[in-house]
Amino acid sequence: MVRLITHNLLACHAKGCTSNNFPLQFQDVSIELRDADFNADFLRGFLPRLEWPALVGAARQLGDTSLPAEQPDMIDDEFLQKLHHVLLEIHVEEGAMVCPNCKHVYPISNGIPNMLLAEHEIG
Amino acid sequence: MSRPELVAPPEIYYGDVEAKKYTNNSRIQQIQADMTYRALELLNLPPDEPAFLLDIGCGSGLSGEILDEEGHLWAGLDIAPSMLEVALEREVEGDLFLQDIGQGIGFRPGSFDGAISIRRFDNTLRRSISVLQWLLNAETSHPTSSPPHRLTRFFTTLHAALKNPSRAVLQFYPTSDDQIQLITSIAQKAGFGGGIVVDYPNSKKARKVFLCLFVGGGGGAQQVPKGLEGEEEDEGRVQFEKRRERLKAKSGGKRKNIKDKDWILKKKELYRQRGKESVPNDSKYTGRKRKPVF
Repeated sequence: MVRLITHNLLACHAKGCTSNNFPLQFQDVSIELRDADFNADFLRGFLPRLEWPALVGAARQLGDTSLPAEQPDMIDDEFLQKLHHVLLEIHVEEGAMVCPNCKHVYPISNGIPNMLLAEHEIG
Repeated sequence: MSRPELVAPPEIYYGDVEAKKYTNNSRIQQIQADMTYRALELLNLPPDEPAFLLDIGCGSGLSGEILDEEGHLWAGLDIAPSMLEVALEREVEGDLFLQDIGQGIGFRPGSFDGAISIRRFDNTLRRSISVLQWLLNAETSHPTSSPPHRLTRFFTTLHAALKNPSRAVLQFYPTSDDQIQLITSIAQKAGFGGGIVVDYPNSKKARKVFLCLFVGGGGGAQQVPKGLEGEEEDEGRVQFEKRRERLKAKSGGKRKNIKDKDWILKKKELYRQRGKESVPNDSKYTGRKRKPVF
């Protein structure tokens, strides 16, 4: 159940990996679409916290191109609907996430990413 | 009985059986729900605004369900795969992560509006345990596995992941004052303000300890919330006492004496019929009420 909302917040936390550790790249993913309740207030509140380029990049990797490359200034309902779909309805079920810096692989199985580190990677 | 954190690490301790047992118990579900509401109260989120929360040690998502009901979105961390599997089966709404919080949590700064950690009640051991307790035990001799190191790692990354201002409410069961000292000092070093909130401090059963941590908002802007005082309802009662009282009320207060005059006459009659000798004669003194003095 990795949704893009959490993917947009996830950063690599391995030892010494402090720069360029975001966003994690998806690898051999299989996705599933599941409906979620639309909540405009939440999206509006959450928008400033999003890293827009990372979100668009991740969505493109998952084959969704509905979002514009630049964050629009005008926030209308249509845009929020699209954002809602990308953020909360696309679930990554299988695959892996790879840190762009240290190349640590976080495998995703059954929708749960394994964020455990080996002993030498703990900061 | 020994504390579970002394028995085995959580991912081993919470095997499939434990995880299922835990989640299917309705009493646990109720307690977990109450605790979650109390934690939300302590979080002091802005009203009527859906928030994005972190559930540390989400387990099978029992507290997550409450967050769903309250309209919040959440992400959950747990180290026990079996618990997470149960959470998947229950189709909780939040995003789940398999993560050892002692290794630090990998989120971008300012990701969450708040964090909660609700204790689990352990069914076989009949006692509650919290996420923080698992952190207090070293599993290997590696330096990164020492409790202070794990706590430091956890608190610093948690502090970073929370937005400013926000709060983290972690329930825990300290075994000693030293533990409280250790945990609070490390949390302070990590940049947190706040302190310990104790609910029902004078009750053995209802006593609950929360570590209530603040991010930002310094200068006395945020006050440590007060713990609940007074006695919880049904305090100090023995099991089934209520039932006993109900029966007593039903029969109308004082119980009637069984061996009244009718009963004595009946018994004497019975003995005579059976042919027993030396049954006293009935008189006006039979079964009379005696004076209270001997």
